[in-house]
Amino acid sequence: MSLLSQLFFLILLGVSAFFIGRRILQIRKNILLGKEEDRTDQPQRRLKTMLLVAFGQKKMFKRPIAAFLHLLIYVGFLLINLEVLEIVLDGLFGTHRLFAPLLGSFYPVLINFFEFLVVGVIFSCVVFLIRRHVLKISRFTKIEMKGWPTMDATLILVIELVLMVAILAMNGADQVLQTKAVAGYPVTGAFFFSSIFIPLFEPLSANTLIIIERVAWWGHIAGIFAFAYYITYSKHLHIFLAFPNTYFSNLKEKGEIKNMDNVTNEVKSMLGLPADPPPAEIPRFGAKDINDLSWKHLMDAYACTECGRCTDSCPANTTGKVLSPRTIMMKTRDRAEEVGESIRKGGAGLEDGKSLYGDYINKEELLACTTCNACVEACPITIDPLSIIIEMRRYMAMEESSTPQSWNAMFQNVETSFAPWKFPPTDRFNWAQDVKAKISDQ
Amino acid sequence: MSDFNIQIPTVAELTAKGEKPDVLFWVGCAGSFDDRYKKVTKAFVKILDKVGVKFAVLGEEETCTGDPARRAGNEFLFQMQAMANIQVLNGYEITKIVTACPHCFNTLKNEYPALGGDYEVVHHSTYLQELIDQGKVTAKEGDFKGKKITFHDSCYLGRANNIYEAPRKVLEILDAELVEMKRCKTNGLCCGAGGAQMFKEPENGKKDINIERTEEALDTGAEIIASGCPFCMTMMSDGVKNKEKEGQVVVKDLAELIAEAEDLI
Repeated sequence: MSLLSQLFFLILLGVSAFFIGRRILQIRKNILLGKEEDRTDQPQRRLKTMLLVAFGQKKMFKRPIAAFLHLLIYVGFLLINLEVLEIVLDGLFGTHRLFAPLLGSFYPVLINFFEFLVVGVIFSCVVFLIRRHVLKISRFTKIEMKGWPTMDATLILVIELVLMVAILAMNGADQVLQTKAVAGYPVTGAFFFSSIFIPLFEPLSANTLIIIERVAWWGHIAGIFAFAYYITYSKHLHIFLAFPNTYFSNLKEKGEIKNMDNVTNEVKSMLGLPADPPPAEIPRFGAKDINDLSWKHLMDAYACTECGRCTDSCPANTTGKVLSPRTIMMKTRDRAEEVGESIRKGGAGLEDGKSLYGDYINKEELLACTTCNACVEACPITIDPLSIIIEMRRYMAMEESSTPQSWNAMFQNVETSFAPWKFPPTDRFNWAQDVKAKISDQ
Repeated sequence: MSDFNIQIPTVAELTAKGEKPDVLFWVGCAGSFDDRYKKVTKAFVKILDKVGVKFAVLGEEETCTGDPARRAGNEFLFQMQAMANIQVLNGYEITKIVTACPHCFNTLKNEYPALGGDYEVVHHSTYLQELIDQGKVTAKEGDFKGKKITFHDSCYLGRANNIYEAPRKVLEILDAELVEMKRCKTNGLCCGAGGAQMFKEPENGKKDINIERTEEALDTGAEIIASGCPFCMTMMSDGVKNKEKEGQVVVKDLAELIAEAEDLI
C-alpha cells in the first residue's frame, strides 16, 4: 500500500513539476520577446531594494490595513512551506511526520506555530473576500476588473482558504488517531487550533479518521501543486515575480525619461556632429507592440497583481478619464500571452495583424497621462506603467504623427520660437526691463 | 522707481568682461513669457540680488529645454533642443544652474547628462532653503502671522526628484501656519498640467484635475496656496477662479512669499 502511494506521489510530483516547469519556461520566453535592457548595475543597491520592497514589504505599508492582512498571508506562505517540505518528503519516503522524531519536543511547538499562521491566513482571506464582495472597495470594482480578474482574485482566496482548512482537518484527525493509538500515527502532543475538530472527529472510527486524514493530506498537497500551476496563469504570479521585479527595478530618479540613443545618433548627424554610422535596419521609434517594449516592461506586466493602487492614485483616472495604469499592465500581459501562445503553436505570433497599441490600448488612454509618477510611486513592487505609456506616445508622435493638433502647434512653437508658446524669441528677456538697472544710472 | 536698481547680467556680457557667474539662473519659458510667472522671476532675481550672489541669465540665448516635447513623445524635437542648449551651456562653461521651474530642473538635472550636459542643477526651493540655512535670507516678522498656507507639491519636484522638505522649510520662516492637503508629499495630486497636458485640452472625464486639486487645497482653509512651479501656478489659479474664491485665496510662488517677507516687493 505504502509503496503504491509512494509511486503515485512520485508521479503526481513529476507531472506537476513538468507542467509548472513548462509554463515557467513559456513565461520566460514571453518576457524575452521584449527588447534588451541592462538592469544589472549596482547589484548591492538592487539587492537592498529587493530585500526592502519585496521581502520586507516596505511599500505595502502605505495602506496599513491591507498591508497587515497581506503580511499575514505572506508570512504564512513563506513559513508554512516548511511543513509542505515535510509533506513532500513524507510522500516520497512513505513516512508520516518525518520531522517529529528529529525535532522531538520542538516539533509540536513548530506545528502549533504553523497553525497560528494558518489561522492568520484564513482570517486575512475572509477579510479580503469581504472587502471585494461585500464592501466592494472601489479599486476592486473598476471597469477593468469585470469578469475574469475578479473571478481570478476570488478563486485565489477560496483556494487558499480550502488549503488552510485542509491543514487543520489533517492535524485534527491526526490528533484523534494519536489518542486511539493507531499504528503509524506517533504521538506529537496537542495542536492548538486543529483541536477544535476533536469533538467532531472523536466519535468516528479509526478507519474513517484515517480516510479523513489522508483525504486532507492528499487534498492539501495536490491542491498546492494545482494551485502552483494555476498561479502561472494568474495575477497571483506576483508571489514569485515580485522578487526579481524589485531587483531589476529602475534605480534612477523617477523624473528621468530614458534617452533614445538611436535618435541621438540621428540628431547628431543632422547637426553635423560626429555620430555612429546609421544602422542597416531602421529602428522603430517608440512602442507599437510588446517586442518594442523592453523585457522589464513585460516582466512588470507579469508581476502585476492588479491591486489597483496605481489606478487609485492616478489623477486622470480619479477624475473620470479612461486611463488606468493597471489596465496598461493587464493589457500588456494579455498581449504577451497571446503572442507567446501563438508562437508556441507555430502561429503568426507578432504578425497576427494586431498590436498592443491600437488593439489593446488606445490613444485616448495614453493622451490622458500627466506623467506625474503617482502610479509608479503607488506600486508595492515597483512596476512602472509610465514608461510603457511614454514608449507608446513616442510611437504615436514619431511613427504615426498622430499627436493632437494642439501638441503639434506646441512642437512647432518650440521649433520656430524656441518656446512652447508662440512668442518672439527676441522678447524672452523683456521681463528684465522692470527690474534692470538703467545703464545711465551707473 | 525703486525697482530700477538691479543688475541682471547675461552670461554673454560677463564672458565679454572675462568673468563667469557662480550660478546661472535658468528662467524658463513660463518665467520669461507668462505674465503671472514673470512676477516670480522678478521676485527671485531680487532675492538673488539682495544676497549678493554672482548670478547671470542666458537672456535671449535661452530656449525651451524640450521637456514638453519629450513627454508628448517627440524625442527628436527634445534632443534637438537639448543639444542646442547643451552647446550653449558648455560653451560658457556653466557649472551650476538654479531654476524656478521643476520641469526645467528635472530635464536639465536628469536628462541632459545622457546628451553630454553635466551641471549641478538646483531648484529654487532648495536654493532658498540653503540661503535660509546660511542666514542670508530672513523674514520680517508679522506679515504672515496667523495666516494659513498650504503647499502644493509639484510632481516634478516631489515624486520625480524627491524634494519634499525644502519648500516646506522655506515656508516655515514665514511665521505662518502650514497646513497639509489630504494628498501631499509622495501621495500628492498632480495639478493636471504635467506630461505636456499644459498644451492641450484634457481628455473627457468627470472633472478637470486642477479643479479636484483646488478643492483639496480649499478644504484646508488656507488663504495662501504656495507653489513652486509655473504649471501648478496656472492650474491652481484657474481652479481658484473657477471656484470663485479669488477674493479670499491667492496662489503664490515660494520666491514671491520670501521676497514679500523681505520687503522686496
